Amino acid sequence: MSQAVVTKLKGAYAGSVLEVKEYRDEVTVTVKKEDIVAICQFLKDEAGYNFLCDLCGVDYLGQQPRFMVVYNLYNVATKERLRVKVAVDEEDAKVDTVSTVWSTANWHERECWDLMGIAFNNHPDLRRILMATDWEGHPLRKDYPLQGPDRELYQGRIS
Amino acid sequence: MGVVQKVGQSSEPDHGRVLGDNVMTTSLDLVVNWARSRSLWPMTFGLACCAIEMMSTGAARFDLDRMGVLFRASPRQADVIIIAGTVTHKMLPVIETVYEQMPEPKYVIAMGACASSGGVFDTYSVVQGIDKVLPVDVYIPGCPPRPEGLLYGLIKLQEKIMRERNSFGAAIGAGDVIPG
Repeated sequence: MSQAVVTKLKGAYAGSVLEVKEYRDEVTVTVKKEDIVAICQFLKDEAGYNFLCDLCGVDYLGQQPRFMVVYNLYNVATKERLRVKVAVDEEDAKVDTVSTVWSTANWHERECWDLMGIAFNNHPDLRRILMATDWEGHPLRKDYPLQGPDRELYQGRIS
Repeated sequence: MGVVQKVGQSSEPDHGRVLGDNVMTTSLDLVVNWARSRSLWPMTFGLACCAIEMMSTGAARFDLDRMGVLFRASPRQADVIIIAGTVTHKMLPVIETVYEQMPEPKYVIAMGACASSGGVFDTYSVVQGIDKVLPVDVYIPGCPPRPEGLLYGLIKLQEKIMRERNSFGAAIGAGDVIPG
C-alpha cells in the first residue's frame, strides 16, 4: 500500500530519498533535509497525506548527525500512514518549517524547539510552548541533567 | 492605641508590640481564634490527583461543610490554600499570585507527597516542595492522602490557629499575630 507512495515519491524526488525501511507494515522514509518542505507538500497534494499526526525530535547523542526530526503522516481517506525522517546536525540544528503545509505543525515545531532545541526556519511564531518562557536549555536533550541544571547529576535513589 | 513599644533591638521576631497576656486579651484572642479556625475557607485550587481526594472530602460522604470549611472560588475570600498536587515551575507564578491575593491571616496546607517534597517527580520541571516558596502550616503525607488524612490535616490547622496569641491585638492593629 504505502510502497506505491514510496515509488511515486522516488519518481518525483529520486535524489532526495536516502533510505526506505519497512518494518511490520510501517514504512519509514529518510529524506534530505533541504527538500523536506517540497516533499511534504508533494505527499500532501499528490499522495493524500492530509493529516500530520505528530512531529517530534529524537536525540541520538553520540551519533553523527545527532538529531532526527520525525514526521508521522496519516491519510484520512485511505487510513494509510507514513513516517518521514530528516537527519539534523548539532552544529546546524535547523529545519525548514512545514507549518506552511500542515498548519498543525506550528505547535509541534514549537514543542520540538522547546524541548529538543531544533529550530525551524521561517516559522511564524517560534517560542517556547511547554516550559516557562524564561527557561534556559532544552530539557529533552540526552545531555540535559534530569533534575535540572542547578542540581547535581542523578546518581540513583539511595533508598 | 496604648501599644507598648519595645526599645531593644534583636534578631528575634519583635513580639513587643502586643496587647499583652491578661484575662481580657487572651479571652478576646480565644474568640478570634475560635472564629477563624471554625470558618476555614479554602481556595478552590486543585493541581493534580490530590485534588480528586480534596473534592471527595468536600462532597457528601466526608462533608467538609460540617466543619465550616467552604471552598471559595476567589482568593479574596479564602483563608487557606490547599496545595493539592504537583507544583511545576510553570505553575509556580500562578500559585504565588493567588497566595498574594489572599487576605491575611492566611494559611497553607501542603497536601500529599508532591506538594510536600516533589514526591516521585524528582525532575527539572517540578518544584521540590511548595515550602521552597510559601510558608507551609500543615504537611499531609500520602500519595494521595485519603480524605480522612485531609480532614486530620485541617483539624491540625484548627488546633494550630487555636494556639495563636495576640490575634485580637493584630486585628485592631496592635502588633502581629504570634503563631501557634
